[in-house]
Amino acid sequence: MTSSITTLRALLAATIFFAAAPSWAENVLYRGNAGEPTTLDQHHTSINIEEFILKDLYEGLTLYDAKGVIVPGAAESWTLSKDGLTYTFKIRENAKWSDGSPVTAEDFVFSFRRAEDPKTAAAYANILYPIKNAEKVNKGELPIDQLGARAIDAKTLELTVERPTPFFLELLAHQTALPLSKASVEKNGADFVKPGVLVSNGAFKLAEHVANDHLTLVKNPEHWDAANTKLDKVIFYPLEDQAAAVRRYEAGELHVDYNFSADQLPRLRQQFGGEVHVSPALATYYYTFDTRSEPMNDVRVRRALSMAVDRDFLANEIYKGAQQPLYSWIPPGIASYGTPEKADFADKGQLDREDEALKLMKEAGYGEGGKPLTLEIRYNTNPNHERVATAIADMWKTTFGAQVSLVNLDVSSHYSYLQQDGKYSAARAGWTADYADAENFLSLNISTNKTFNYAHWKNADYDALMAKSYDEQNPEARQKLLHQAEAILMKEQPVAPFLVNNDLWLVSKKVQGWYDNANNQHLSRFLSVSN
Amino acid sequence: MISFILRRLASAVPTLFIVVTISFFMMRFAPGGPFNLERPLPPQTMENLNRAYGLDLPLWEQYLRYLSNVVHGDFGPSYVYRDNTVDQLIAMGLPYSIKLGLLALLLALIGGVAAGTYAALRQNSLTDLLVMSVSTVGVTVPNFVVGPVLTLVFAVILAWLPAGGWGDGSLRFLILPMIALALPQLAVFARLMRGAMIEALHADHIRTARAYGLPARTVIVTHAMRAALLPIVSYLAPCAAGLLTGSAVIESIFSIPGVGRYFVIGAINRDYTLVMGTVVLIAIFVIVFNLVVDLLYGLLDPRVRHE
Repeated sequence: MTSSITTLRALLAATIFFAAAPSWAENVLYRGNAGEPTTLDQHHTSINIEEFILKDLYEGLTLYDAKGVIVPGAAESWTLSKDGLTYTFKIRENAKWSDGSPVTAEDFVFSFRRAEDPKTAAAYANILYPIKNAEKVNKGELPIDQLGARAIDAKTLELTVERPTPFFLELLAHQTALPLSKASVEKNGADFVKPGVLVSNGAFKLAEHVANDHLTLVKNPEHWDAANTKLDKVIFYPLEDQAAAVRRYEAGELHVDYNFSADQLPRLRQQFGGEVHVSPALATYYYTFDTRSEPMNDVRVRRALSMAVDRDFLANEIYKGAQQPLYSWIPPGIASYGTPEKADFADKGQLDREDEALKLMKEAGYGEGGKPLTLEIRYNTNPNHERVATAIADMWKTTFGAQVSLVNLDVSSHYSYLQQDGKYSAARAGWTADYADAENFLSLNISTNKTFNYAHWKNADYDALMAKSYDEQNPEARQKLLHQAEAILMKEQPVAPFLVNNDLWLVSKKVQGWYDNANNQHLSRFLSVSN
Repeated sequence: MISFILRRLASAVPTLFIVVTISFFMMRFAPGGPFNLERPLPPQTMENLNRAYGLDLPLWEQYLRYLSNVVHGDFGPSYVYRDNTVDQLIAMGLPYSIKLGLLALLLALIGGVAAGTYAALRQNSLTDLLVMSVSTVGVTVPNFVVGPVLTLVFAVILAWLPAGGWGDGSLRFLILPMIALALPQLAVFARLMRGAMIEALHADHIRTARAYGLPARTVIVTHAMRAALLPIVSYLAPCAAGLLTGSAVIESIFSIPGVGRYFVIGAINRDYTLVMGTVVLIAIFVIVFNLVVDLLYGLLDPRVRHE
């Protein structure tokens, strides 16, 4: 009797122990991810919720560490030729794919060629345009073997660039530049992205993917740095509904949650304190003015309109501090660029700005006593954009007595209107950096940029400075040229920057190794969870 | 009976053809395309993409191609979810939507019929008033309010149930979305049932049955209920088709991996093929359930017989 009870106890204890064991032994990170990835194919991806997953799966030649600094990834070292045109990368001897096969230079060549092949139609093909002949290959003007990427031997990769590209190592950390197992893609075709098939070279491998429910990554034991990967498992939850995601965080179902509604910020700060991370991003919120026609072809009108916008109000009242006021075209946070060039009215108070704006507008002959000022603000449908547009319309009405109407379209329609030369007076737009270099922002306003120069702005000095910056090999001299270009842009205001976007994260106290950074890079391999 | 079913199914073919044609062209009238993103693509990439997906062809050619693919059961690739075809997306999501939808339908049906009958039997009493008030609230409060309130109370504050996700598909995970999905329909069923039941209880044959001295239970369950169920059954078709093909709102509030969201996501992103796929799916469900309801009618109402 006694012995049977003891056995029973032992059995019970064992059951409890084994049932609970996985949660003790395994280090699992539950990550809320703001939406379902549209693809796990690095050449079709375009958004950061895919980037987070892809960079956990794959490792590029370079990568951003936990603090957002470029460090060697699959390449252990590299050299650059004297003319700045040829990079030679040494791929780690112990770099392996999750199927155990070695990562070779050929895998990178294969991936880069696939990215530029017009048949692939990669969303971000242009990110690799600095590679020699990439643009021509992508346009179908040259065969793909003419791409400036060459495997010298299994572990040596040579990349040639069109011209010296100071931000090339940053580009190589972009998700489009992640390698692909040539063997796997050739064998599996389009199915190479499926769970059970996908072969990756990063710290994790794909275990399971239930669309719109969860995506599970498990530690990749073949990864060269597996010893330093603390997590056994990362589960990404595609939570499109931001409020629902916050509730799951509150219920303790998530360790990390990305992006929540700005109006929740005060409440969440009160409730979670230091678990709320508000991190300035390399992303701008701006209005563009159609400089092709009156009144926006007059610099005085553009400057006046820009000055009359109370950026503090937008940031603090509408976004509750979830965005910050911006007076420069380039947001702060790009180390190589230093302090951006603010518009000359940035240091004045809002009331002084409004007085000066009114004066400028009178000079231009608009507003009270002059020609009537009729404006139309276009924006893509979104509650926050609507609040911003309404506030700005009100500011322009009260300052200049302007007639302002609002037009909103869904995202697709809005941007296709701007890109297809639609006429407008003012329109909302945004830009998020693809790589941490000022050129990524300034190139948008070059008059030959047919896609992104929504303002149709044409300034010979600006174009000349930008052209010079591309040929300038001395980094300091180059940054100086870029600064001069930004100063012209801010004086002319074809675009009026209003806000810097912040990345909003909820990060549980249980998570270690988290650092906010402007590049918004948070690879799971640098994180761990304590229970 | 069988020839009736076959005739109905045959008439579904032209219906589906019209649905496909209208939705194909309506989708294309919307400005923008699947590749006009917030983060716009350079023209070269756009051109490559349009070529890769055949969007550079004349519209009539795209239409003919699409039609011939659909006839072969191929709804084409999704423009947004690149790793999957529309067929795969629907095949993956539909079982989740159907399971949740069926549970909600059962809850709405049983709950609604019971509450409506109960209220009808105690017409104008306090209980009746209560049932009707609650069902008015059920109809008028939208599920994007009910859903979050339920999670807030039962998941965040009380911590009894998970706040979202499918988990292992056990009831624990499904209770809240099931209630949120069922509530408006339950309220409709309750109101329909109450009205029909009151009417049925005043019908001549019920009075006769009562006069014969049949037990109250028999009168209500076998005789009154049968007549009162007719409006419920007619509402069942659109209701079931709606619940089983998922709800975009409920799915996104509770992160349920169903197909309901695809119509909305597809429309916003101009994912032409995904929208068409979901429209056809919903059309098929509506057609099938209408047929089922017509057959049920035959069973319930002796005046309707399908020979």
